[in-house]
Amino acid sequence: MTSRRAFLSAGAAVGGGLLLDFSLGVAGQGARAAATQPPPNGAALNAYVRISSDGAVTIMSKNPEIGQGIKTMLPMLIAEELDVDWRDVRIEQAPFDPERYGRQFAGGSRATPINWEPLRRVGAAGRQMLLSAAAQTWGVPPAECATNSGTVVHAPTQRSLSYGSLAAKAATLPAPDLDRVPLKQPKDFKIIGKPHPGVDSPLVVAGKPLFGIDVSVPGMLHAVFVKSPVFGGTVRSANVQAIKALPGIRDAFVVRGGQVFDGLVDGVAIVATNWWTANQARNRLEVAWDEGATAAQSSEAFARRAVELSAQAPALKLYGEGNVETALAESAAVLEAAYSYPFIAHATLEPQNCTAHFRDGRVEIWAPTQNPEPGRKIVAKTLGIEESAVTIHLIRCGGGFGRRLMNDYMAEAAWISKQVGAPVKLLWNREDDIRHDFYRPAGFHFFKAGLDADGKVKAFRDHFVSFGEGDKFVNSAALSAEEFPARFVANLELGASLMPLGVPTGPLRAPRSNAVAFAFQSFIDEIAHAAGKDPLQFRIELLGARRSPSPAPAGQDPPFDAGRMIDVLAEVRKQSRWGSRQLPPRTGQGVAFYFSHLGYFAEVVQATIGSGGRITVDKVWVVGDVGSQIINPAGAENQVQGAALDGLGEALGQAITLKSGRVEQGNFDDFRPLRMPQAPPIAVHFLMTEHPPTGMGEPALPPVVPALCNAIYAATGVRIRSLPIDEKLLS
Amino acid sequence: MRYSIQVNGQQQRIDADPAMPLLWVLRDLLDLKGTKFGCGKSLCGACTVHLDGKPTRSCVTPVSAVGTAAVTTIEGVSATAAGRAIQAAWLAVDVVQCGYCQAGQIMSASALLRSTPRPTDADIDRAMAGNLCRCATYTRIRAAIKQAAGLPAADSRDTTQ
Repeated sequence: MTSRRAFLSAGAAVGGGLLLDFSLGVAGQGARAAATQPPPNGAALNAYVRISSDGAVTIMSKNPEIGQGIKTMLPMLIAEELDVDWRDVRIEQAPFDPERYGRQFAGGSRATPINWEPLRRVGAAGRQMLLSAAAQTWGVPPAECATNSGTVVHAPTQRSLSYGSLAAKAATLPAPDLDRVPLKQPKDFKIIGKPHPGVDSPLVVAGKPLFGIDVSVPGMLHAVFVKSPVFGGTVRSANVQAIKALPGIRDAFVVRGGQVFDGLVDGVAIVATNWWTANQARNRLEVAWDEGATAAQSSEAFARRAVELSAQAPALKLYGEGNVETALAESAAVLEAAYSYPFIAHATLEPQNCTAHFRDGRVEIWAPTQNPEPGRKIVAKTLGIEESAVTIHLIRCGGGFGRRLMNDYMAEAAWISKQVGAPVKLLWNREDDIRHDFYRPAGFHFFKAGLDADGKVKAFRDHFVSFGEGDKFVNSAALSAEEFPARFVANLELGASLMPLGVPTGPLRAPRSNAVAFAFQSFIDEIAHAAGKDPLQFRIELLGARRSPSPAPAGQDPPFDAGRMIDVLAEVRKQSRWGSRQLPPRTGQGVAFYFSHLGYFAEVVQATIGSGGRITVDKVWVVGDVGSQIINPAGAENQVQGAALDGLGEALGQAITLKSGRVEQGNFDDFRPLRMPQAPPIAVHFLMTEHPPTGMGEPALPPVVPALCNAIYAATGVRIRSLPIDEKLLS
Repeated sequence: MRYSIQVNGQQQRIDADPAMPLLWVLRDLLDLKGTKFGCGKSLCGACTVHLDGKPTRSCVTPVSAVGTAAVTTIEGVSATAAGRAIQAAWLAVDVVQCGYCQAGQIMSASALLRSTPRPTDADIDRAMAGNLCRCATYTRIRAAIKQAAGLPAADSRDTTQ
């Protein structure tokens, strides 16, 4: 039998007690295949719960922890329905084992939508088995029994039994049908909806070794890996003999790699007894590189070429309705504006690193990765071994933001360990990290819009100049055919032209949205001002009448619901007292909204611009609608505040520029994440709506960038059309 | 070169290149992994330790410059009242996201609290400006410092209330 439903097995735990093992998704004969080839919506997942006879409850958290709080949040779902006291719960990081746990990754703010119901069902099934075990013990109907924080109680006779004492018996009972186990009413939640601090935070504040960079293996050596400053460059020669002769250096050798950036590329490995010695040896390293074709690429040339391309018709038509040309000709007013944003690095504070130990044809890897499954494939391919010969330990990541969805460091560490015949910890220095990233792609938007005599948008066009070949955008560059205001303006065209790019790109927190929101929500602000309307009210009118979107086909994400966006805009108007504040000169409020990762966010920024152009963000108001339930309010507020501040940092100080195929920036002096004095108070408010809960790590980021730029316009009359914001324009 | 340095109240003997930064002495020679590497150029503050109570970037402090100064790291900061108060406030306010920068943040914050028991928002800005948090937990870091100091949580910079 094969069906798309939950599949549960239960049995005795080692040392007594109850063990629950679940696979959710395609059950039955296809379960194994399904685990390695999950459906596109990622429905295959597993969990693991152990109740020992002393009452201790152990819950495995299956996904990588990158600071999004998943190790706390996923077990809360199970613990709630299992009905145990959170203080009795011990949480362990699950090993990387997709056959058992399904897809294990941190990305796309997907953990909540994927796990919200299935993991609660896991807990509910366990609770039902314990309750049945108690009913059988007492010889009473299960319906007369109830559970209460780790005990089953029989009210008529005032008897109770602890889960621990019932665990062994429960393990002998048949597992219930997960689809039919009753779930709690939200009003009865004791864990979900209450703030729960991060389960590993006590270890963090005590400085315990938790991160990839802290991994230590007996006999371990330390490595650096020097790659071509020009992307795709190869090694012609290197003075490795001289490097090997330096004190403390154990080995140095040229590595021949391929041209796939998420894998092993050419470089020079230096291995030493400690990392500093290996890194210092780079000062003496001389490498002759064949730089290759990318040496001809630069940010300046891309910007020039984008303007040239904008004069032509878009090479690709992404979406179109009505007749934009005619509508523009008939418009009472026409606006035209060019927007651009740069490449950005992820700059996780923990630089990329990985520890690997190759021996006897197998490799063991300790990796701070968001995405181990492709990493295993890459390592197996690089070393020419089977995937089954690769063991990966999931290690807490010192930040992810999408960088660790890629696994290049894994291939490098594995290769170097194999070459030197010892366990090796590879650590990149900051310059390696900034100069060998998978960047948020730069982009150029050439907008045109027409307004009718009533100030309504009659026509809208974006010619997006981006990167790619043919009709294929580079990673994380594509513009959605549903980009707002597509389907909200009668005459609208979205087109694109692509430039070839030799630089690796990839998803950065709220990929695409973090850039596109700036361009679209800023230009929409220009239109609002040109129409002589309040920018917030203008947006509500553009969203139009509440429409009930038709439900998505099974397994697909629900479509954009304009009504939900109107509601968050109305709420942020109230929270920020939009339009009703007496603001001092050169202080302004700006608004923007954005829908991404299934979340609806509207944000207002208040900013003050000093006479020299210095920007002070006074405050940010965030209103979000992520459905019916905030699972962990402590983590949720932290994520939203962090996302909004992250966006401010991108707008205020971050650009990666390319010259002769090289990244010009290298450290935190020229690539600048936000710092404490720049971080304003952030007020966070959630609207509770009758929709399934969705994720939190990303959707609060995109709107803050245009909201800041729109606030700057309100304060100064200067329109920011290029990022990062140039304060010189504001003096 | 042989050095004897005092770390968290204990005398430690090591053999290291005089130019080797204290950060790497702590991490790779003394196996104290709490102090973190972020930039190597005193730009991010992840490597902050105390030398005789003063916050110091260990990534640019050669071991030869440590001399007789008492080195305190995140592993030993709970020996001080300010360190304990800061660590407790960090947990009570639930500051941590990824946690990588937090050792450095706690070392800077506990040094601030020791020198300035009732810090203003401007004091906090000055003392913490050198510590990057890539997850941007700054709102809670500020709140936690105030809680450790027994100050009200209100942000004096917020003129919109």
